[in-house]
Amino acid sequence: MIWEVFRQEREGQPFQHGGSIEAPNREFAEAYAIELYGRRAESVALWIVPRDEVREVQEPYVADVFDRDYRRVDGYSLKARLKEARERAGAAPA
Amino acid sequence: MSAQAPPRPELDVVLAFADDELILGWRDSEWTGIAPFLEEDVAFSSIAQGEIGHARALYELAAAELGTDADALAFDRSPGEYRCAPLVELRLVHDWAGTIARHWLYETADGVRVAALIESDWPELAGLAAKMDREEAYHRMHAQMWAERLRSSAERERFETAVEELWPAALGLLEGEQRDRLCELVGREPVEAIGRDEHTDELGPLWDEMTMVRRSVPGAAW
Repeated sequence: MIWEVFRQEREGQPFQHGGSIEAPNREFAEAYAIELYGRRAESVALWIVPRDEVREVQEPYVADVFDRDYRRVDGYSLKARLKEARERAGAAPA
Repeated sequence: MSAQAPPRPELDVVLAFADDELILGWRDSEWTGIAPFLEEDVAFSSIAQGEIGHARALYELAAAELGTDADALAFDRSPGEYRCAPLVELRLVHDWAGTIARHWLYETADGVRVAALIESDWPELAGLAAKMDREEAYHRMHAQMWAERLRSSAERERFETAVEELWPAALGLLEGEQRDRLCELVGREPVEAIGRDEHTDELGPLWDEMTMVRRSVPGAAW
């Protein structure tokens, strides 16, 4: 049985995927997670999840088909506007 | 240590304990690279390292009393001077059921021994025993998990046969009332124990290998 291991490096930080381990049941999985992802104090907390319980999201998990770049920050060109704003500020009386 | 101070009565217990941990750590480490699967390989190697770490701490404690150092106690004695119990000397590599049977018996007995040492009047020993117990609790959990797993598997008979065979030597790890406690914990009747009076033939070859590098350049600082 495969288990996915998530580790938290420091308190307050998000859990991140560390890797996976093979273990016959939850008790073994906990022990092995500690051995492989926590023995050198590299984690302050661990989560283990049976791989079967992890759902991979399928369709419609796709990139934009239509151009909706206004939804993204990079859809706006700030360069020209920044330049304009700087000039205006520079031109303003001190 | 002043010349008048009598040797601490527990010194012999400490040395026997250190020898047990060193030799078992060595035996368990023979599984490194060939344990049944990768995760267990890491876990069992880590436990082996843990035992050797405990041996070092105990040797250091004894060495301070004896005016020597931990390496000298671990590697410079002749095989006959070691105080380890026959249980830990057996080479069980390739027999996983037997290895787990010994692991389970040893860790259970170790729990009894450590609990007694935590109550010692020798403060350094009591403190060290308490520290060791934190790691030994993990060793016991690991041993218990495996014992239960093998008991509920097709390997059940092999495991139970191994426990049966090793039982007299497991009892020989302890003395007196501690033996009764071990009987209770593992649910077995007392038998004639195989104690520390004699070593098995398997200690010699292990000692040869274990001390080979150190003997190759006597007195070297590594």
